[in-house]
Amino acid sequence: MTKKQKLLLKKIGIAGAVFFIAVLFTACTPAFLIKPYLSLFLFLTAYFIIGGKVLKKAAHNIRHGQIFDENFLMAIATIGAFFVGEYPEGVAVMLFYQIGELFESYAVGKSRKSIATLMQIRPDFANLLTDGTITEVEPQTVHIGDLILVKPGEKIPLDGIITEGASSLDTAALTGEALPQEVTAGDRAISGCINLSGTLTIRVTKEFGDSTVAKILDMVENASSKKAKAENFISKFAKYYTPVVVCLALFLAFLPPLFLSEPFGGWIYRALNFLVVSCPCALVISIPLGFFGGIGGAAKKGILMKGSNYLEALAHADTFVFDKTGTLTKGNFKVTGIFSESYSKEELLSFAALAESHSSHPIALSIREAYAVLESGTPKSASDSLSEVTELAGFGVRADVNGHEVMVGRKKLLVEQNLAVPDLPEHGTCVFIAIDRQFAGIISIEDEIKPDTADAMKNLKGLGIRKLVMLTGDKKETGETLAKQLGLDAAHTELLPADKVTHLEALLETQATGHTLAYVGDGINDAPVLARADIGIAMGGLGSDAAIEAADIVIMTDEPSKLAEAIRLSRYTLTIVHQNVVFAIGVKVLVLILSALGMTGMWLAVFADVGVCVLAILNSMRALK
Amino acid sequence: MKKTYLIEDLCCAHCASKIETKVRDLDGVLSANLNFIAQKLVVEIEDRIADSITAQIVKITAAIEPDATVEEQ
Repeated sequence: MTKKQKLLLKKIGIAGAVFFIAVLFTACTPAFLIKPYLSLFLFLTAYFIIGGKVLKKAAHNIRHGQIFDENFLMAIATIGAFFVGEYPEGVAVMLFYQIGELFESYAVGKSRKSIATLMQIRPDFANLLTDGTITEVEPQTVHIGDLILVKPGEKIPLDGIITEGASSLDTAALTGEALPQEVTAGDRAISGCINLSGTLTIRVTKEFGDSTVAKILDMVENASSKKAKAENFISKFAKYYTPVVVCLALFLAFLPPLFLSEPFGGWIYRALNFLVVSCPCALVISIPLGFFGGIGGAAKKGILMKGSNYLEALAHADTFVFDKTGTLTKGNFKVTGIFSESYSKEELLSFAALAESHSSHPIALSIREAYAVLESGTPKSASDSLSEVTELAGFGVRADVNGHEVMVGRKKLLVEQNLAVPDLPEHGTCVFIAIDRQFAGIISIEDEIKPDTADAMKNLKGLGIRKLVMLTGDKKETGETLAKQLGLDAAHTELLPADKVTHLEALLETQATGHTLAYVGDGINDAPVLARADIGIAMGGLGSDAAIEAADIVIMTDEPSKLAEAIRLSRYTLTIVHQNVVFAIGVKVLVLILSALGMTGMWLAVFADVGVCVLAILNSMRALK
Repeated sequence: MKKTYLIEDLCCAHCASKIETKVRDLDGVLSANLNFIAQKLVVEIEDRIADSITAQIVKITAAIEPDATVEEQ
C-alpha cells in the first residue's frame, strides 16, 4: 500500500469508530434536551473526518468549472442526506464510497504493478568498455561501435554483435519462449534478453532509441493511443451519461412533488441516489484496462499488438492471407527427392554436390548439405577432382568432376545444349543434371514447412476462420502442392510484389462487413501488403526492425501457431471488455430504476458506483493472465 | 516534437480522460494520449510551443486533479 492509501485506511478506521459511537449514542441513550444536537455533532464529526477531502476537492473543482465531478456529486448526495434528516446514511455512504475508492486505487495499483513486470525488459545500465576499463553508464549514452560488457544475470542493454565470449540468452521476456538461445562470438545479441551463463563483449550496432527493447517498450506503452471501437463508444457514452443522469435527478426531485403534491423529502432522497450512481468511472476505467491487460498478456507470449483497435480487429478476423517463404515455410531449401535411371542416388548427388562446390546459391547449398548428410562419416575422398568450373548465371553450373563433364541447372540449360531431356513430373524446384552430355537425373528441392504450420492452419480453421489464402512468388506447382498439403482454401502463385497487393485488394472487396482480413508475412519485403490489409501481422519480429515498423501485430518468434493463440487471446479480451460494459451499464441502470421507484437506499447506489468499478477492474485483470 | 510526462496520483480514469481532452484542445498540440494505467501522458506538439507546454499541462492537471503531480520525462 502507498502512503496515501494507508492514510485513507486510517481515516476510514477513525471515522468508522466515531460513526459507530454516534449510532450507539443515538439508539441507546434516553432522550434529553440536547441529544439531537449531540447526535448530529457526532455524525458530522465522522462525516468530516472521512469526507473532508471530498468536500475540499468538490469546492476546488467547482471553482474550476467542473460541475459533473465525482467529488461534487458525492458531496451533494451526502449533504442532501443530512438535510433530509438521514444522518447515518450521509456518513455511511461517504464511508462506503471511500472504502470503495481505497479498493479501487489498490486494484489499479496492483494491475499497474503486474503490467510493470512485463515492462521489466527495460535495461537500467550498460557496462561501457573503454581501453580496458569498465564504466557503468546509461544505455542512452552508448553509441554505435562502442564495446559493452554483459555479465551473467544482466540484461543486454543494446543491440549488437558479440565479439567475445559464449553464453545462453533468456529471450522469454521478448518471445515467451522458455528455451534459452545459445550464442557465441559473431552472433547477434538482442537487447532485452537476459544473459544467463557467460560474460559477453558486444559491439553495439544501434543507438538505444533504435534498439529492439526500446521499440518494443514504445510499442506496448503507446498501444493505448490507437483506440478500439468499444473504447470510443465508452468515452462518448461517459460524456453524455453524467449530465443526463444529473438532469434526471433534478426532474425526480422536483417534478413528482410539484405535480403529485407529495412531500419533497422522499423524492429528493431518490434524486440523491441518482447523483451517486451518475459517476461513469467504472466504465471509463475498465474498458481500456481490459484492453491493456489483453495487450500485456499477449506481449508476455511474444505477440506485440500496436493498439487495442488491432486486438479488436483480430477478434473479428475471418480471412487469413499468408506469404509462403519465411512465413509458412522456413525459407531454407532441402533436397526432397533424387531421381535417376542411369546412376545411383548417391552417385548423382555426389556429382551435383561437387560441381556446385563453389556456388553460394541457396539451392547449391541445399545439395551440398544433403550430400554431407549422405556421406556423413566418410569424408570426401582426396581423389575427387574438380576443374573448369563455369557459372552460367541464372541457369546453372558446368564443371569437370573426376574426369566427367557435369552440368547442373535448370531444364533450360540442358535443352539449350541440345541434350534430350525426358518429360518427368516435377515437384518443388527441380535441378537437372547431365553427365558427359547425357541426361542423368533430377534432384528436387523443396522449402521446408515449419513444424507447427500444419497444426496452426488446423487451429485457425477450428477457430472459425473462413478462408486461408496463400500468396507467393513461387512456382504454380510448388505453391499449389503446399496449399493442398496444408489444407488452404486458395493459393495464388507466381506473383510479383505488386501483384500481391492487387490480389489482396480483390480479397478485401469480397469481405463481409464486420469481418476483417489479416495478412501474415515476414515483414521484410511485403510492407505494402502489410499496410493494405485490415491487420498486418509480421512473423519473426525478434531483431527485425522492418517487421516491427510495418506491421500492426508482431509475432516475435517464427511460429505460425502463435496466430491462433493471438486470436484466442483477443477474443477473450473482447469478451471481458463486453462483460464489463454490460455489467457496469446494467447495474447502473438497474439501480437507477430501483432508486426512481424508491425501492433502494443509497448503499446500493454506492455499490453501483465504486463496487462495480472494483469488480470491473478485477475482471479486466483476467485478460493479463 | 514529442514530449512525455509522468502524471502520478490521478485518482480517477474519468478525470484522466478529461485532462487528455483539455491538453489535446490546446493550441499547437497535434495529439495527446494519457495512459491511465501507465500514468503517462504523451503529447505531440508543434515546436513553437515547446517552452510553454509543460506549464500549461501542469495548470490543466491542477485544475482537474489537484493531488496529481506532473513530471516531464
